[in-house]
Amino acid sequence: MQGRHLGWRAALISLLLLAALLMVWHLATLPKESAASAAQDEYARLMGKSSGAAKRDGFPGLAQMGETIRKELSNPFYDNGPNDKGIGIQLAYSLGRVGLGFAIAAVVAVPLGFLLGMSPLMQRALNPFIQILKPISPLAWMPLALYTIKDSSVSGVFVIFICSVWPMLMNTAFGVASVRRDWLNVAKTLEVAPLRRAFLVILPAAAPTILTGMRISMGIAWLVIVAAEMLVGGTGIGYFVWNEWNNLSLTSVIFAILVIGVTGMVLDLIFARLQKWVTYVE
Amino acid sequence: MDHNFLSVQGLAKRYAAGAPPVFEQVSFGIDRGEFVCVIGHSGCGKTTILNVLAGLEAASEGVVIMDQREVKGPSLDRGVVFQSHALMPWFSVLGNVVFAVRSRWPDWPRAKAEEHARRFIEMVGLKGAEHKKPSELSGGMKQRVGIARAFSIEPKMLLMDEPFGALDALTRGVVQDELLKICAATHQTVFMITHDVDEAILLADKIFLMSNGPQACIAEVVINTLPKNRTREGMHHDPQFYRIRNHLVDFLVHRSRLIQAAQASGAARLPTRIVMPGLEQVAA
Repeated sequence: MQGRHLGWRAALISLLLLAALLMVWHLATLPKESAASAAQDEYARLMGKSSGAAKRDGFPGLAQMGETIRKELSNPFYDNGPNDKGIGIQLAYSLGRVGLGFAIAAVVAVPLGFLLGMSPLMQRALNPFIQILKPISPLAWMPLALYTIKDSSVSGVFVIFICSVWPMLMNTAFGVASVRRDWLNVAKTLEVAPLRRAFLVILPAAAPTILTGMRISMGIAWLVIVAAEMLVGGTGIGYFVWNEWNNLSLTSVIFAILVIGVTGMVLDLIFARLQKWVTYVE
Repeated sequence: MDHNFLSVQGLAKRYAAGAPPVFEQVSFGIDRGEFVCVIGHSGCGKTTILNVLAGLEAASEGVVIMDQREVKGPSLDRGVVFQSHALMPWFSVLGNVVFAVRSRWPDWPRAKAEEHARRFIEMVGLKGAEHKKPSELSGGMKQRVGIARAFSIEPKMLLMDEPFGALDALTRGVVQDELLKICAATHQTVFMITHDVDEAILLADKIFLMSNGPQACIAEVVINTLPKNRTREGMHHDPQFYRIRNHLVDFLVHRSRLIQAAQASGAARLPTRIVMPGLEQVAA
C-alpha cells in the first residue's frame, strides 16, 4: 500500500517537472516584440523583407514541435528517396545494425568469456590484448573498417560489434570465474560431463552477470550507433539527425533526439526484464 | 583392516612444503553399512579428510581404497552432503534431485528420472515441495533436499560435512531422525563430520576422535555400545549414554590438546586406541 502511494506521488512530481520544463521552453521561445527590435524591424521593411508576425529567433516553440511530431508519427515509414525517409525506416536501420553487431559480439564474447573464466592461463594470456583494445573508442576503428570492409553499412555493424564485445567478454569471464565452488564441487562429485556442466551449472550461475554485461553493451552500442551513422551517412537515426541539421530543421533534430532517448530506454528495459528473468535468489 | 569396505592408510596433508602437516598417519577402516562420525576441533583437518575421500582434494601422502579400488577423483560411488547444502538456486527441489539422478543414469528417460527423484524427496519428508525453489525453503528443508540428492544416486558411501551445523536444535533433531530412518532402511555406509557430541552418539556406530592440528591424528575410535534402536528421546535415560558422552567431552576438552602438545614436543605417536567407554578397554 505504502509502495503504491509512493509510486503515485513520484509520478505526480515527474508530471509537474515535465510541465515546468515545457513551460520554460514555451516562455523561452515566445516571439520577441521588444522595443529594441523596432529599429531592426524598420530596417527589414526598408530592405523589402517581410516583417512582423513571423519574427522568431530560430529555436522552435512547442507548437512547431508538436506539429513535427504529429507529422512524423502519422507516417513514419514513408520513403521519398535517399535523403527523405520516415523516422520508422531510419530507426529500423539503426536497430538492425545494433542488433546484428550485438548478436555477433554475443556469439564471440560469451564462449570466449567462458574460456577466460574457466582457464586462468588463457585469462592471463589474453589479458594484455583485452586491456589495450578495450579503451579504444569504437569510432577510431571506423577508417580501418571502411578501408578493409569497403561498405559503410557493414562498417557500422563492425563498430557496434567492437564496442559491445568488451563488457560482455569481461562480465562473462568474471561471472564464470566466480561461480560458487560448492556448485562446481557438486557437479564434480556427480561426474557431470563438461558440456552438461557448462549449460546446466555454469551458465545459469553466471547468467545474471552475463546479462549485466549485455545490458551495458547494449547501452554503449546505442550511444555509438548514432555517432557512427553521422560519420558514414546513408541511413539510420544518426544520419537522420545529421541530415536534418543540414536542412536546419531543428524540430526534426529534437524529435530524433527524443526518439533516440525513448528507444534507448526501451532497449534497457528489455534487458532489465531479461536480467530479472535469469536472476536467482540464494 | 584389509577387508574393510573403505580403507584409509597413512593419510597426511601438508599445505606448504616444510610446514608441519595438518594431519598425518591417519589410517582407518569402515565396514559396509557402518555409520562413522568424526569429531575434532576446528583445524584438525576433518573436512580435508572428507574431501580426500570425496576425491575433491588430493592428500600429500597415503592412499584411500574403497571397494578394492583406489580413490583418485570424484565419483558417483560417493555421495556428498555439503555443509552449506549447495543446492542450485535456479533449479526447483525436484530439478536439483533430477539433476543428480540424470548424472547417475544419463540414459533414463526424463519421466523415470523424475519418478526416482520424487521417491527420495518423499523419503526426506518433502512431498508437496517438489516445485519450490531452494530460496523458498527453510534451512532444514534445504539440507533435506541435499540429503535426498545424495541418496538419490544410490552411492556406495555417503560423506557428510557437518550437514546439520547450520540448523537450529529443533530442526536438527527432526532431520537427524529422518536420516537415521533412511540409513536403517538402506544400510547406507556413512562418514560424517560433526561438532555435536549428542548427534554423534545418536547416529554413529563408531566415533573417530581427532587430536588437535597441526599434526593431528585419529587418537581414539570409540565404539558406540548403546543399542542400535536408540532414539533421541530415550537414549539419555541409559546410563551408558553418559559414560560415552563424558568420554567424548573429556577428550575434546583435555586430551585432544595434550596429544597434540606431546606430538609437538617430539614424543612417539601412540597407535589409535579402540575404546568402549564404561566397558573394558581393548587395546588396538
